[in-house]
Amino acid sequence: MSDAASLAGLADTLFSITILVYSLATIAFAVEFAFSREATVSERDKERQPARSGASAEQIGQIQVLNPTRSESEPTPRAQFASRAGQLAMGITLIGAFIHGTVLLLRGLAAERIPLGNMFEHATMVAFIGVAGFLFLAVRTPRLRRVGLFVLLAVTVGLVLNGLFLYAESGPLVAALRSRWLVVHVTTVTIGFGAFLTSGIVSALYLVRSRFEEVGEGAVGLASRIGRRLPDAATLDRAAHRLVIFGFPIFTFAVIAGAVWAESAWGRFWGWDPKETWAFISWIVYAAYLHARATAGWKGRAAAWINVGGLAVMLFNLLFVNLIIAGLHSYAGIN
Amino acid sequence: MTTPTSSLSDAPSLVLDDVSEGQPRSTSPSDGPRLRTRVVRGARGWWRWLTSMRTALMLLFLLALAAVPGSLLPQRPLSQTAVGQYFADHPELAPVLDRFGFFDVFAAPWFAAIYLLLFSSLIGCLVPRTWGHIRALRAEPPRAPSRLSRLPRHAEIPIRNSAEQALDIAEEELRDLRYRVVRRDGAISAEKGLLKETGNIAFHLALLGLLISLAVGKLWGYEGSVLVQEGQGFCNTFQQYDTYSAGPLIDGADLRPLCVDLEDFQARYEPDLTPASFTGDITYSRTLGGADEQATIGINSPLRVDGMRLYLTGRGFAPIFSVTLPDGTELTDLSAPFLPTDPATMLSEGVLKLPDLGAGRDQLALEGVFLPTAQDAGGGLLTSVDPRPLDPAVAIVVYAGTLGLDSGIPQNVFTLDQERIQRGQLDRVGSANLRPGESLELPDGTSVTFTGFKEFAALQLHRDPSQLSVLLTALAMLAGLTATLLVRRRRVFVRPGGMGADGSDRRAMVPGSTMLEIGGLRQGGSTDPTEFEQVVQRIRTALADRKDP
Ligand code: HEM
Repeated sequence: MSDAASLAGLADTLFSITILVYSLATIAFAVEFAFSREATVSERDKERQPARSGASAEQIGQIQVLNPTRSESEPTPRAQFASRAGQLAMGITLIGAFIHGTVLLLRGLAAERIPLGNMFEHATMVAFIGVAGFLFLAVRTPRLRRVGLFVLLAVTVGLVLNGLFLYAESGPLVAALRSRWLVVHVTTVTIGFGAFLTSGIVSALYLVRSRFEEVGEGAVGLASRIGRRLPDAATLDRAAHRLVIFGFPIFTFAVIAGAVWAESAWGRFWGWDPKETWAFISWIVYAAYLHARATAGWKGRAAAWINVGGLAVMLFNLLFVNLIIAGLHSYAGIN
Repeated sequence: MTTPTSSLSDAPSLVLDDVSEGQPRSTSPSDGPRLRTRVVRGARGWWRWLTSMRTALMLLFLLALAAVPGSLLPQRPLSQTAVGQYFADHPELAPVLDRFGFFDVFAAPWFAAIYLLLFSSLIGCLVPRTWGHIRALRAEPPRAPSRLSRLPRHAEIPIRNSAEQALDIAEEELRDLRYRVVRRDGAISAEKGLLKETGNIAFHLALLGLLISLAVGKLWGYEGSVLVQEGQGFCNTFQQYDTYSAGPLIDGADLRPLCVDLEDFQARYEPDLTPASFTGDITYSRTLGGADEQATIGINSPLRVDGMRLYLTGRGFAPIFSVTLPDGTELTDLSAPFLPTDPATMLSEGVLKLPDLGAGRDQLALEGVFLPTAQDAGGGLLTSVDPRPLDPAVAIVVYAGTLGLDSGIPQNVFTLDQERIQRGQLDRVGSANLRPGESLELPDGTSVTFTGFKEFAALQLHRDPSQLSVLLTALAMLAGLTATLLVRRRRVFVRPGGMGADGSDRRAMVPGSTMLEIGGLRQGGSTDPTEFEQVVQRIRTALADRKDP
């Protein structure tokens, strides 16, 4: 067995371990979520409305104070337990992300190239960036930890599907992909995609939460069961936006780099190949999201829907275009 | 078009006065409504609609939506064959779709209409915003609002210095933090982050530039493709290309001189048969009969000369035959490129048409497949198992009759006209699997020998006069975008307590002390709420450090 083969074998094992660790993290996040305090008033809102901590469950702006008597400074055992679970979940996620990164590293070493040569590796990297984006948010804004359940759940399920359906052996690249631009173009595409992934999930949660805040106590279904435990809508909205702001210039750069590469590989910088067309569409959708967030009547829910739509378009581009339409970008590595 | 309505978020309206609304300001209704015809009013209304943020947003969506069929339906510029197939599969629907341009979406009038509207909307938003921003760059930061405590961010610092000194110190700190600062009426107005708007305008201007560059490229660009066998060549004229396309403003005389010969073609594979590289050694000259220059082109490395780019886009095999007629005449070195139908094994299909075998003779056509590494699949069938030509063979069927090449209808060089076979104009006269050196005897005594093969390369020559400006405008877009997304615009106002226009909400003052009041405001977008605290902290420390002795 050659070195490369054993490295690749180790990468496969670690891939399974990553899934296992993320599943544990998901469970821990689920525990935190289930036991967390019900709807809280955000720090910011408290700061802005210092005078209004009255006992009545009155509307404060859009936020209902559902548990007004319990002040934040004296956590209940239940809340303490939730918070422990959350910290544990963060720790497990961090370990998972580390192993996840090692998978990519080993696959790169095994094939002696950047580990972004086929769809399996590409999707693995997107998930990695998504998790990293979440960790970044949750460390800076601890309230956002409660989003972890959903991000980790999506990533875990995604990785399982990736391993089942998109798996490709680590191996050499076809001639067309042997270019420095592979590194530039595909790494940036993945980083942008990873940021959009987490952002889309956060926006979806924003939709649930803002529904809850609108309806308040009377909320039923998702809005009630999930919405009441989520961080406040304004925080979610800001987090989603921050990730798009991070991802969009990088994605823009990736498209430009793709065009530069296409110019030397295929003779034209843009030819409306299906993948290019869908990259164009996703770029426009994210541009629309940024516009919507600045347009009266579109901020808030409409903008969040656009962001969720953007993620749908990105996923469509990854799955449908690579597997079904397949144009010049025929590097999926599976038949 | 972006963020024209972005106001300093959550700001009380009193400080919004100079923040551009992005809409072209309508003149006040009082100036001469009688003079204005309905038409003018209508046009203004329409223009206002076109340049509104909401419309831009809708047009963006429309553009994205309009691009969708371009990827789901076969497109002429990408594959004529796929479009033909679609017509065959959907005989009812295809002509209707075709009438509306769905098989060449990105050249369809309705697609152009959307982006031209977007283009006008963009200009309409941009012009007033640019002026507004230039004015804002020259203007001083706005006057401090009378009640700083009503701003979203607010802090008070007790001071022991004189109010004047405290303001001096605060001003110095703010300047250190690169704020633009003015002192007016005993208060400081400071502002930072105008780069946000500059970046935004740069982004949208660059977008306009990009669209213009793309149009220039479409009008004055051209491209041609040709299959060239080893040892042969071509010159840059439309006549010599197998297929070409050119912008409407270019004609044959505009093509720059370039002649290229393909000396040698090489394909290299990894042990697991993944293609590793394809390269062609070429000789070219840039003037008629000019000096020859050498180059090697390959995937990801085209030849670039005089604004033209020459690419190696594909490769294939051309089997070579010789034909000996019954009277002993021998024709040698007859070959035609066969198209690879399976890139993994390079199994290739094609036809060699032989129209000139002498007066009174039937024309011949050799139709078949070329297998670079042939293996017997049983029952007289061959398959190819390796893309490298390790053990080449051909499987051919020979037809005799009239090919109809002079009928005026252009024929596909890779296939035979099946209708001529059905109508009996071409008869099947023999078939065989041949290795190099082997021959097939036809009933009339003609013998066909497979003598070997050559490799050919698919070459493509492109010229796009605006390519560089497309790249530069795209990079300018990126720079503008990054600036506008990352920079935050914020304002800080400082005023010693008790000196405000109305002191009504002053706290009861500790005797012998004054308050320095600080208010902050920032523009929407992602923000770091700690920044205001940092400003306050800096001023606080500076005040403490330099207390009067
Ligand atoms: C105009 C030019 C191009 C554009 C707009 C473009 C766009 C994109 C986008 C949006 C993705 C990520 C989405 C996804 O995979 O789901 C992507 C991935 C990728 N592109 Fe491109 N691309 C361009 C040129 C190229 C060229 C020239 C190559 C190489 C021959 C290339 C190779 C790849 C690879 C290897 C991936 C990632 C692997 C994967 O998705 O499995 N791209 N491109």
